[in-house]
Amino acid sequence: MSILVDSNSKIICQGITGKQGTFHANQCIQYGTKIVGGVTPGKGKQEHLGVPVFDTVREAKRETDADVSVIFVPAPYAAEAIVAAVDAKIELIVCITEGIPVQDMINVKSKIKNSNSKLIGPNCPGIITPGQTKIGIMPAFIHQQGSIGIISRSGTLTYEAVYQTSNNGLGQSTCVGIGGDPIKGLNFIDCLELFESDDQTQGIILVGEIGGSDEEKAAEFIKGNITKPVVAYIAGISAPSGKRMGHAGAIVSGKEGTAEGKYEAFRKAGVTTVESPALIGETMRKLIA
Amino acid sequence: MNLHEYQSKELFLDAGIPILKGMVADSPEQARKVAKQLQGDQWVVKAQVHAGGRGKAGGVKLANSLDDVELIASKMLGSRLITKQTDQMGLPINLVYVESGTQIKLEFYLSLVIDRTKESWTFIVSSEGGVDIEMVAEKTPEKIIKYTVDPIIGIDSNQLSFMAEKLNLDVNLKEQFIAIIKKIFVLARDTDASQVEINPLIVDQNHTFVALDAKIVIEDNSLFRQSALALLKDSSQENDIELRASENGLSYVSLSGDIACMVNGAGLAMATMDLIKIHGGEPANFLDVGGDATTARVTVAFELILENRNVRAILVNIFGGIVRCDVIAEGIIDAVKTTDLSIPIVVRLEGTNVQSGKAKLMESGLDIISADDLSDAAEKVVKSATNYKESS
Repeated sequence: MSILVDSNSKIICQGITGKQGTFHANQCIQYGTKIVGGVTPGKGKQEHLGVPVFDTVREAKRETDADVSVIFVPAPYAAEAIVAAVDAKIELIVCITEGIPVQDMINVKSKIKNSNSKLIGPNCPGIITPGQTKIGIMPAFIHQQGSIGIISRSGTLTYEAVYQTSNNGLGQSTCVGIGGDPIKGLNFIDCLELFESDDQTQGIILVGEIGGSDEEKAAEFIKGNITKPVVAYIAGISAPSGKRMGHAGAIVSGKEGTAEGKYEAFRKAGVTTVESPALIGETMRKLIA
Repeated sequence: MNLHEYQSKELFLDAGIPILKGMVADSPEQARKVAKQLQGDQWVVKAQVHAGGRGKAGGVKLANSLDDVELIASKMLGSRLITKQTDQMGLPINLVYVESGTQIKLEFYLSLVIDRTKESWTFIVSSEGGVDIEMVAEKTPEKIIKYTVDPIIGIDSNQLSFMAEKLNLDVNLKEQFIAIIKKIFVLARDTDASQVEINPLIVDQNHTFVALDAKIVIEDNSLFRQSALALLKDSSQENDIELRASENGLSYVSLSGDIACMVNGAGLAMATMDLIKIHGGEPANFLDVGGDATTARVTVAFELILENRNVRAILVNIFGGIVRCDVIAEGIIDAVKTTDLSIPIVVRLEGTNVQSGKAKLMESGLDIISADDLSDAAEKVVKSATNYKESS
């Protein structure tokens, strides 16, 4: 088992003919991901990377019966692309695009809440179930099929956690990059719940960062609902207040969103935390030994 | 992107939100001239800087004569204002806003923010205006009233009436208040503002609401479609290195320590700073060179890092995913040669083509300290910085 995606997932790629879309869709295909089609308005009835291109998501869904869409559409049009996928009843939408206006995301979120679609991202590396399917921009070779579920707000830190769990002989069940934006799709709690009921997953790594209160909510949720071992790491203990640290959502405002506050919440909830990002894998290995 | 008060008030004027008469000036003579044009016998001279807390820091002064206006403006212009929201260097005052004086009968706080928890817009109002709202929220949370707009329904008039009642407004003021709220919402949506703040929103001697201050923040991701507003950016209010970094597609934040870092990815960049701290050092900056770092970008990154005179050692931490370690290694070698680097540099490479990347660094013959993992890298760079300090 795994969560959200597996080798049966059928994926279309919105923005497949663009530079990013072409490069990464091709990488996914190399990994064995079932990319069944692409969408680029105005470029329908073509073939690209050996799969058919459609003008609309609706058409792509009808012709390929895809259940997942991965989006590489540039920021000015990405919100529209997500909405098109929701309207076409795509079950899981993975939006890689960085830089979507937050006002657009308010509208997208209210649309998602009133639908059966799930959204991962935006501004994220995507999702991978090692050995089965890779839907995103993560480097494939660091992953190993295994027992650890990873949820992270940061791309490169996800890779760090993946690499360490691979080196510690644990491997990963599924890794979800939920993204670095303030308003996003699936959050820690959604993924924690899925990992809790997944047989393959024996431990969960949660990689958070400064800004917002999602980690605090996750801590509270773990306390009452998660029986599997969890290791939490929060980036930004040395970050100053009021400064945006790269990600749109990584900012401490006043006393809100500090790494200290988040660590405190996890400790109170009895969750194992690591202050050094170098110890994520090792700590998990000891915890589930 | 922050707007100045005078820029925000121009937007208020266009949106029909009541403000006082005011004009901007860049010299004491100009300040006198605009005060004369504004007429009256009392003016307020306000420093135009991108920071709150101006009043307490001496950036807002009352003038009772044209001579006063000129004198105050001459003291402000060309100086730097240090408020509790700036660093010790403060921000340069290149413009002052001269505004007609008024009488204050009542003071309120009003803001509209994009609320990440509620995933929508939230209005925050309080009967405690003209003071630090975070303090009010902490000490007397019952004096803060919030209303989150349903993005599908939009503004709900019943909710606005409810807020007005909680503020004890009479019928006349209530009507004015509701009109202002509605106009702010339209303004925020039209300008892609992530924050619109009026502190204080006052009631004057004519029983009329007036926005005495105005602060608008335009969300950075929206600037591509707010080209007119993007032109209002005042670069003089920003850190020079941070500004040039963003022009080169790099994300840089200045910090007070002496160990510089260069990392791919925002999360890993923060984690690298944390590691330096855990190992007893202090980071000099946050720097994300991005997921697709090229040789050219790495070189620019080095140049920016080295402009900070406090730097005693550099840590390069790259987890090569899409970006290849051998390409990064070439960039490092290039940059070390062109910048004539004299301070110690520790490099940790991991991921795609790591062996060839490490080999390239070795073969270069340059004095580059190689690290095996995150902890090793942090230990080595902290030690190098300490040794360098002692030897120099």
